[in-house]
Amino acid sequence: MPDVPYLSLSSVSFARDDLPLFENVCIDLFPGDILQVEGPNGSGKTTLLRIISTALTATSGQLRWRGNPISSVRHGYLSDLLFMGHAPAVKASLTPAENLKWWRRMHADTSVWSDREILAKIGLQGFEDLPCYSLSAGQQRRVALARMLISSANVWILDEPFTAIDKQGVKLLEKLMASHVSNGGVIVLSTHQTLTLDNYKRMTLTAHAPGAAYAG
Amino acid sequence: MLAEGSLQTEAMPVVEGSGFTAVLQRDLLLAFRHRGDIASPLIFFVIAVTLVPLALSPDPEKLADLAPGIIWVMALLASLLSVEGLFQADFNDGVLEQMVISPQPLYLMVLAKVIVHWLVTGLPLTLTAPLLAMMLYLPATGYAPLLTGLLLGTATFSLIGAIGAALTVALRKGGLLLSLIVMPLYMPVLIFGASSVQRAIEGINVSGPLALMGAILAFAAVVSPLASAGALRISMHG
Repeated sequence: MPDVPYLSLSSVSFARDDLPLFENVCIDLFPGDILQVEGPNGSGKTTLLRIISTALTATSGQLRWRGNPISSVRHGYLSDLLFMGHAPAVKASLTPAENLKWWRRMHADTSVWSDREILAKIGLQGFEDLPCYSLSAGQQRRVALARMLISSANVWILDEPFTAIDKQGVKLLEKLMASHVSNGGVIVLSTHQTLTLDNYKRMTLTAHAPGAAYAG
Repeated sequence: MLAEGSLQTEAMPVVEGSGFTAVLQRDLLLAFRHRGDIASPLIFFVIAVTLVPLALSPDPEKLADLAPGIIWVMALLASLLSVEGLFQADFNDGVLEQMVISPQPLYLMVLAKVIVHWLVTGLPLTLTAPLLAMMLYLPATGYAPLLTGLLLGTATFSLIGAIGAALTVALRKGGLLLSLIVMPLYMPVLIFGASSVQRAIEGINVSGPLALMGAILAFAAVVSPLASAGALRISMHG
């Protein structure tokens, strides 16, 4: 294993209105690592993931990518990052194919597949040209998952990726995640679901009490 | 393997500026899909101006006196009403968050959004204005400065409004605050815009106020996307 972690958080704390949400979170992730962030509602899972994705700035602590502080390699890190937040970031009045087109232009797109092939892979065959508002919540979520197939990013930050997705969808997502880490990617996800993947790390955030336990 | 081929050890560099065209095309497409919503500022503009002669008096001389002011005030209000939603939809569905953390320059993406906003609100307002001016008996010499002024002015409104919209996007009820932030900045445009039409009617040279409005637009075009991008980052951190 390389000495320098691919992604590391050192003593990251976050406080909202002087109320600490979590303190001194330390994480070291190496290529091939999956970290599951657990904790009761309101314990700061989403906040932590947003900090890792730089959408939010931590009150204190440092985020490093390949050993460099994020502030000095921001552009490189953002090009290497895929963040799926609470909201699926799918435009309801566009079709899945149009949403995909938009993603291809926003991300570094290295995929060799056509839009239709990708949408077929995530189980949306026949729905390519329907507006997303006419799709079910789970199908909209699947549209968001298509990003995982087109992105070349190594760091995946997934906030509750299993929300509203059926059993086949969960299987598909786990397969995608497994293949991502076997290619040397890094995944941080928050979910209440028990993953069927091998050797993933878990971290539990505690509700309203400062401090977080990290069971590596 | 499912994701084979899509993964590489080295992340591909993102093409700079492709975010600009991506946002431009997507927002135009979205505007087309929401034709009804997009038309509402224009409908407001037409209705509001049409009501004035009914409420005041149908006297052509009186209306001709008031015409520049009426058209400019209504155009300002229509613009202000529509700018509130500039970032709202993107904020609600999480797209804005993705834009903020994308490697693409946020400055250019904001500029693209403002350009689309102007194309679907400011430009139609400007093109409808001569028709309404005719209804208000605006003298013929006033048309050219009215059109030029509105072209420059509505673009400035969209640019300045974007700053306010970016600052208030994360607030539950930001509408009032947005008006308070943006109104004082709209004032110079309104004053120069309406007075240039008035001057033209009185036979005075209007190149001065129009040049000033051009200068304001140029300044806003540079500063507004920068300020809006900064304000969006602050809003996302809230």
